[in-house]
Amino acid sequence: MGTGPYLLLASLEGLVTAAALALTALGLSLVFGVMRVVNVAHGEFYMLGAVLAWAVTTAVSGHPALGFLAALVISPLVVGAVALASERLVLRRLNYNPEATIVTTIGLLYILQQAALTFYGPEARPVVAPFSFRIQLPWFGYSAYKLAVIGASILLLLATWFVLTRTRIGLVMRATQYDRETATAFGIPVDRVYAGVFALGAMLAAVAAVLVVPIQQAHYLMGHDPLLLSFIVVIIGGLGSLRGTVAAALLIGLSDGILSVFFSPTLAKIVATSAVALVLVFRPQGLFGQAPR
Amino acid sequence: MSLSGITTRQLALHLAVIAALFLLQFVLPAYHHGIFARVMTLAVFAMGYNLLFGYTGLLSLGHAMFFAAGLYGAGLTVYHLGWNVPAAFAFGIACGAALGLGIGVLALRTAGVAFMIVTMMFGQVAYLLILWFGDWTRGEEGLTLTAAQRQVGGLVLTDPTTRYFLAFALFSIVLLLTLAVVRAPFGRVLVAIRENEERTRMLGYDTFANKLGVFVLSGTVCAAAGAAYALLFGYFGAGFAATAYSILPLLWVLVGGAATVLGPLIGTLIMFYMIDLSNDLLNARFPDWDLSYLGIVGVALVLLILFFPKGLLGTIRERWAPWLP
Repeated sequence: MGTGPYLLLASLEGLVTAAALALTALGLSLVFGVMRVVNVAHGEFYMLGAVLAWAVTTAVSGHPALGFLAALVISPLVVGAVALASERLVLRRLNYNPEATIVTTIGLLYILQQAALTFYGPEARPVVAPFSFRIQLPWFGYSAYKLAVIGASILLLLATWFVLTRTRIGLVMRATQYDRETATAFGIPVDRVYAGVFALGAMLAAVAAVLVVPIQQAHYLMGHDPLLLSFIVVIIGGLGSLRGTVAAALLIGLSDGILSVFFSPTLAKIVATSAVALVLVFRPQGLFGQAPR
Repeated sequence: MSLSGITTRQLALHLAVIAALFLLQFVLPAYHHGIFARVMTLAVFAMGYNLLFGYTGLLSLGHAMFFAAGLYGAGLTVYHLGWNVPAAFAFGIACGAALGLGIGVLALRTAGVAFMIVTMMFGQVAYLLILWFGDWTRGEEGLTLTAAQRQVGGLVLTDPTTRYFLAFALFSIVLLLTLAVVRAPFGRVLVAIRENEERTRMLGYDTFANKLGVFVLSGTVCAAAGAAYALLFGYFGAGFAATAYSILPLLWVLVGGAATVLGPLIGTLIMFYMIDLSNDLLNARFPDWDLSYLGIVGVALVLLILFFPKGLLGTIRERWAPWLP
C-alpha cells in the first residue's frame, strides 16, 4: 500500500480541523479587529461550548440528533451570555487597555477552567454524533459526520460573510473597526458594538466546539490547542479579513493533519508555532494588521 | 546620597529584609521553613520577570522558557552527564543568558500586543521541545535527582538548613543586584523607555540595546532561579515550562507591586500561602468542588487589575513612601 490512502486520510482529517479552526479563529479575529484587544480566554469559550453541548445532549432524551440540535442552539447562546457579562462587568471598566485586557482575560481563562472542573469534573466525556453512517471512499470508509462538519462550517462562514458585508450590523461593525472616533461622531453606539462583537466572537468558538465535540470529547483543559491554533491562523491570515482567516485555517489545518499523520502532532505544533513567531517578528505590520495602539 | 544612587534609607531597608530572612530560619517551624526556601527561589524568578515587566514595561507571556532553561540546563547535565553541582548551576545560568540573547534579538523587533504574542509562542515552542525530546526529559513526568547527585563539597542539598541557606544566598545576591541595577543610570533608562520610548530615543539613547540588555539580564536571573530549583528540590518536569509558569511570575509581581524591588518577594509569599491555605480551607468546606490553584489565580488576577493595579508596595509607595525603589 502506497502513501495514497494515508495522504487522503490526512487531508480529510486536516479539512475537519480546518473547518472548526476557521470558525474559532474568525471569532478571535473579529474581537481583535474591532476591539483591538487580545482575548486569551477565547479557547475557554470553546471549551465551555463543548462542555455545555455534553450537558444539553445528556439532558435531552430521544434520538441523538434531537439533543445535538438543541446543543447547537443553546450552547452558543449561553456562552455568548457569559462573554457578554464578562465584557460588561470587567473589560469595559478597563477601557480596553491592551495589557490590562490580556491579564484580565488570562484571569477569566483560569476562572472558566475552574468552573468547568467544579461543575463538570476532570473526566473527558464523549457526545454521541447525531448520525453515524460511513461513506465508502476508494480505500476506506469515512465518517459521514466529519464530512458534515466541513459542510456546516462552510455554511456558517458564508452566513458570517453575509452578515459582515451585506447587512447594517456588519456595516456598523466595519465602521467601528475602521475608525472608532468617526464612528462615534456618526452616532454609532461603539460601546454596544464592542459588547456585541465580544459575544459574537465567543459564540463562533462555541459553535465550532459543538460541531467538534462528537469527534473529540469534552474536557475542561481542551481550550488550549484551539487558542494556540487560532492565534496562529489570525496572525498568518491577517486580522479581520474573513478570506485570510479561511485561507490560513486551511493551510494550518491541512499541514497539521499531514504532519501529524506522517510525523507527530508535537512536531506539527512546533513547526506551526515557530513559523508564526517568526512571521510576527519579521512581518509585524503586514500580517498582524495595523500597528497596535 | 551614597554611591550609585542608593540612599542610606533604601540600603538599610533591604539589608534589614535580608537580615530578617536570615534570622527566620532559626525560628520557623519545619513546614514553613521548607516553604520559605521554595518561596525565596521562586521570588528570584519573579525578580527577574519584574526587571522586564515592571521597570521596562515589556509584558512577556513566555518567561517559563527561561526558568525551564535553567531548570533543564542544570538538571539534565547532572542527570545524564554526571556534572557536579556548581558546574551544572553555572551551565543552567549560561543557557538562560544564551536563550535570552537569541529570543531577545527576535522578540524585541516587535512591540505591544505583538511582543506578548511572540513571547507566548516562543514559550510554547520551548514547552513542546521538552515534550519532543521526551527520551531525555521524560516530558510531563519529569526526572528526579538523587541525594548522591546533589552534593557539593561536604554539603548535601537535601538537608533543609543547607537548602534554606543556599536559597537565601541566591535571593540576597539577586535582591541587591536588582537594587543596584534599578538605581543605576541603566535602570533609569529602562524606566524612561517604559514611560515614553520615542522620547528616550530622541534624547539619544539606543533603546534597542538597552531593552536587549535587560531582556538578557531578566532571562539570566530567571534561569538562575530555575537552576537553583532543580538542584535544591531535585525534581524537574515539563510542567515548569507550561503557560501557567509564565503567568505565575506576572501574578506575583502584580500582587507585590510592579517596579518595586521588594514587591516580587512579597507577592510570591502572599500567593504561595494564599493558595496553600485556601486550598485546605476551601477543600475542607466544599470537598466535592475540585478546587485547585486555577480558580484562586484567576480571581486574583481579575480583582488585582480592576481594583488594585499598583499592587501592595506600589500602593504604599504612592501613598506614604515615595522613596521606595
